[in-house]
Amino acid sequence: MSILAAYDGDVWIDWSWVGDHGDEIVTHLREHAELTALSIGLGLLIAVPLGLLAAFHPRVRGVTIAATGVLYTIPSLAAFALLLPWTGLSRATAVIPLASYTLLIIIRNIVAGIHGVPREVREAATGMGYTSAARIGWVDIPLALPAMFAGLRIALVTVIGLIPVAALVGQGGLGRLMRDGFDRGFRTPLTVGIVLTVALAVVCDLAVLLAQRVLMPWSRRRRA
Amino acid sequence: MNYFGDVWDWLRDGQHWTGDEGVPNRLLEHVQISIVSLVVATLVALPIGLLLGHFRRGAFVAINVSNIGRAIPALSILLMAVLVWGIGDPPSYLATIGVVSVPAFVALVALAIPPILTNTYVGVAGIDPNVREAATGMGLNGREVLRTVELPLSGPFIMAGLRTSAVAVVATATLLAYVGGGGLGRFIIDGSRISYSDPRVFVGALFVALLSVTAELALGFVERVILPRPLRASSSAVSDDAPRVAA
Repeated sequence: MSILAAYDGDVWIDWSWVGDHGDEIVTHLREHAELTALSIGLGLLIAVPLGLLAAFHPRVRGVTIAATGVLYTIPSLAAFALLLPWTGLSRATAVIPLASYTLLIIIRNIVAGIHGVPREVREAATGMGYTSAARIGWVDIPLALPAMFAGLRIALVTVIGLIPVAALVGQGGLGRLMRDGFDRGFRTPLTVGIVLTVALAVVCDLAVLLAQRVLMPWSRRRRA
Repeated sequence: MNYFGDVWDWLRDGQHWTGDEGVPNRLLEHVQISIVSLVVATLVALPIGLLLGHFRRGAFVAINVSNIGRAIPALSILLMAVLVWGIGDPPSYLATIGVVSVPAFVALVALAIPPILTNTYVGVAGIDPNVREAATGMGLNGREVLRTVELPLSGPFIMAGLRTSAVAVVATATLLAYVGGGGLGRFIIDGSRISYSDPRVFVGALFVALLSVTAELALGFVERVILPRPLRASSSAVSDDAPRVAA
């Protein structure tokens, strides 16, 4: 469009473009947030039960960590590309690989959290008459929650940072802005895409941290 | 769906295995840019991490550089680098170490530095102060403590950082094809411009995934060879976790 000529393509940010394209920017930001939520949701749905199982069964642990480790190693563009013939331009193309990357991160932190519960604490709980199921539910898991939330935060930031790659296969939220800017040699959309991606990651990270503080007062680190 | 039949036919065609656009050359391009970037990143990040850890300075920067690195999309660094430097020929001093494209090199090095730096710092700064005191008590000076005590003891952390970086670099090198570079991503990008069920898309993705797993396994092997047995335990548990530092 000839309108492009009205904008300055050589500066990193042309505010008049930003002002004229507010709706478009918000749409991409929303898509980015939705893809993040879907990927993390699917990841948690699989990783939480699997992680708890892995924490208490050494054999499950070995297999789970190895399998999710291989998934984690597959480059994102390759994973998107492998799914393309089946899922095409649907969101599943982006969400399935992104969710698979969260598995290793979340599961490893669940295992580390459960294993970090001091033995004396478990023994004390058993001594107080907890059955092992009750101890897991009322002692082990609550004490492991801070480590699990740490995993959730890493998973969130990782997914938000990877979504732009999906722009190369027709998805990608803010990645679409980056791609659009790059393809036209017009820097402003690229800058806007990057800044908002990082901002989204920071906001989500802080939101989870805040939720953790509110929901789990015991997770606040006490200074020795 | 005859998709895998097409892929098989493509793989059996001898033409796809020779010349500049054949699988071996694309693989070589991919490996070359990955190794050069990883080596340069290590040369930058390792000394900084060791020194910061040794003097216990800059904890905030050393640890948060990884968190920031994770949040900034690798793709965006690459796209920005291309808009800044273009995709033209690199200066000769970079060409001699095997750099074909300046923006690719800059993006991959920038991507690889944070995990190595953070892990090295955490590895060194987390060493039990009693161990350092013992080393000093035995008459080692600061430099000797760093070389003979802190470097080996932080070995598992350093290797974990290297593995994280290596996997990220191999993955991101796939994106170079989008900005006109070579490597295995070429098959994915070229194929998907024709059709998403083009056999090249699958072939490219398959080889990149295999290369990535191979890089991880190869560094695991290197780790086994260079680290003394007592230091090898479960280092893979370290790589991406929130670093623990003796505050």
